[in-house]
Amino acid sequence: MREVYLDNSATTKAYECVGEIVKKVMCEDYGNPSSMHAKGVAAEQYIKEAKETFAKLMKVKDKEIFFTSGGTESDNLALRGAAAANQRAGKHLITSAIEHPAIINTMRHLEEEGFRVTFLPVDRYGRIRLDALKEALCEDTILVSIMYVNNEVGSVQPIQEAASIVKAYNKNILFHVDAVQGFGKYRIYPKKLKVDLCSVSGHKIHGPKGTGVLYIGENVKIKPIVFGGEQQKNVRSGTENVPGIAGISLAARTIYQDLDVKVAKMRNLKKHFIEGVSRIEDTTVHGLYDETSAPHIISVGFAGIRSEVLLHALEEKGIYVSSGSACASNHPQVSGVLKGIGASQEFLDATLRFSMSEFTMPEEIDYTLDTLYNIVPKLRKYTRH
Amino acid sequence: MRYHTFLIKYGEIGIKGKNRYLFEDALVRQVRFALKDVEGEFEVHKSQARIYVDCGEDYDYEDVIGNLKRVFGIVGICPVVRMEDRGFEQLKKDVVAYMDEAYPDKHLTFKVESRRARKSYPKNSMEINCDLGEAILDAFPETRVDVHHPDVMLNVEIRNEIYVYSQIIPGAGGMPVGTNGKAMLLLSGGIDSPVAGYMISKRGVGIEATYFHAPPYTSERAKQKVVDLARIVSRYAGPIRLHVVNFTDIQLYIYDQCPHDELTIIMRRYMMRIAEYFAKKDGCLGLITGESIGQVASQTMQSLAATNDVCTVPVYRPVIGYDKQEIVNIAEKIGTYETSIQPYEDCCTIFVAKHPVTKPSVEVIRRSEEKLKEKIDELFDRAVDTAEIIEVK
Repeated sequence: MREVYLDNSATTKAYECVGEIVKKVMCEDYGNPSSMHAKGVAAEQYIKEAKETFAKLMKVKDKEIFFTSGGTESDNLALRGAAAANQRAGKHLITSAIEHPAIINTMRHLEEEGFRVTFLPVDRYGRIRLDALKEALCEDTILVSIMYVNNEVGSVQPIQEAASIVKAYNKNILFHVDAVQGFGKYRIYPKKLKVDLCSVSGHKIHGPKGTGVLYIGENVKIKPIVFGGEQQKNVRSGTENVPGIAGISLAARTIYQDLDVKVAKMRNLKKHFIEGVSRIEDTTVHGLYDETSAPHIISVGFAGIRSEVLLHALEEKGIYVSSGSACASNHPQVSGVLKGIGASQEFLDATLRFSMSEFTMPEEIDYTLDTLYNIVPKLRKYTRH
Repeated sequence: MRYHTFLIKYGEIGIKGKNRYLFEDALVRQVRFALKDVEGEFEVHKSQARIYVDCGEDYDYEDVIGNLKRVFGIVGICPVVRMEDRGFEQLKKDVVAYMDEAYPDKHLTFKVESRRARKSYPKNSMEINCDLGEAILDAFPETRVDVHHPDVMLNVEIRNEIYVYSQIIPGAGGMPVGTNGKAMLLLSGGIDSPVAGYMISKRGVGIEATYFHAPPYTSERAKQKVVDLARIVSRYAGPIRLHVVNFTDIQLYIYDQCPHDELTIIMRRYMMRIAEYFAKKDGCLGLITGESIGQVASQTMQSLAATNDVCTVPVYRPVIGYDKQEIVNIAEKIGTYETSIQPYEDCCTIFVAKHPVTKPSVEVIRRSEEKLKEKIDELFDRAVDTAEIIEVK
């Protein structure tokens, strides 16, 4: 059976070359980068090279790149590490209501630790309200964290404007960006954006799972959240995941090749898909779907069909998608993001997320549309009542 | 303390007259099955109406006890210290040492109960009892003898070697699986049906199972959950053959043709028919369900009658008189509860009507089913022909 993978915001298939380099490092260049002998030096080269790669792609310094176990750890280190290191300056944190659980739940944890957190509301397109941000800032504010691209509806946040507002209010307030869904689709330059911390995940860019990057501006004070052998300047202890670091680095370099062409292709497919899916009665596309939204995420509500049922019906035809956001899909609860953007009741439990990658082909989109035309009316015939 | 042997005590099967060896052989088989994945070497053998598990040098005591406690037919497990016969004086010393190690607090009453399997032993049972008792009293003045209600019953068996034991760990009871035929369990992902399977299996009945899934309305994970449940039940019941039936087309056809408030009842009648089909095919002597009177609309007395109407083999409903909490308690005890409460929808609830009939009449339901005449046989055949069979062990 044909296989159409449209769940690239959950995770991506690794590039072949990434698989090869990971294997090579695991089986041949397996030294511990902290070892003094040649095996260690060989391993260390991969880390050095990876730092240079990310430094170049993000236009930052090598020493501002840190490797973690993924987006979640990068977010945790950024928020908890920065909050702990700067709490003397204040105890107020700001984020949005539609962040990934890695941010929301870390913020809730910090609330328990005695910090005060403001969750900014979003407009109906899933963008944070800048006026609300202005209002929320206060003398006690030390850290603001806003995601680059929302993982459920694909809204792109006005990071540069938000960071300008924050820095104009008080340049010492740190700004963190969770760029897990944005990196590899957008060229993200922390210094130009005026952000201090930026999280990236490997497996969303055709790299290995269990790999991530945190950019930490050189003047940013941060405390470690795990303790051990003081690797990575004691910001992130633990023997470096050298195969993973080599893999995420190669994935980043590969995804940036012809990035504009790849993104333009995804945009065209997205447009085509939205036009096609809009022909089905009683559907809605959440968020914005013009050029100001992410090129790869399409969130569609199908009234009258539970998302889980449609998901499995598509799966029977070889098409893999997510209901809501994949990270939250093993909880049978309604998406906070859809509520946050004010989606109407009938779509809350009836929304699927289709997410593409550079490998998505026009025929696959057509096949998916044809399948939807075929099964949506059938599924609507059988409902609970 | 290192135990060399486990003495397996069984109750009911001891009284089954001439068939006793069948039961004992089944128990030996089940004990071997239960120990097959435990680290260590074990030899299971019958001797003079007892079953012994002799253990090699190294074995995992906790695993042995844990696994034996799940074998139906075992009433008690006695960990035995085996001693070489080096004369009675040495035996006294060894028994005193055993008591010392097994009971650090000596404020206890005891009784020595000896058996002479080797009749050539120089002392008779009465003498052994008295002399060993005296040795223990001399060694530990805090102890006392109580021949009626002792805290510790110290068993000493004179065989080629001497077996000493005083502890009885309660077993699962029931009868060894395989001594009472087989039955077909209707297994859903819920709490009740795994418990029902466990209870029937406890009476020595082997289990097969049928699960109905309804893609795309139920997910692959819901099916995996049922396989996991079957695996937990199989730790007690032995290997389970699980039939996974794709039920979607039948369900949708019923939905198309029949009144929606009767959907669940008609659906359950077809589940019974399909389960019975597999039961007969595989030589099962009855069906098992997890129904409990009044728990849901499809389990009222009228609904049960309507469902039962299609069955020609006996339907066993071991939790029929149990409250939910009582069933949950058993599910927790046997280890199925955590798996059962995973939140995946099963096919019984996907099209459930807001107000399903609670007092269906068999006549009315039969008439409604007439409307399925055109295609139902074909759908039935396809459902049973395409069923996936998973051997769970």
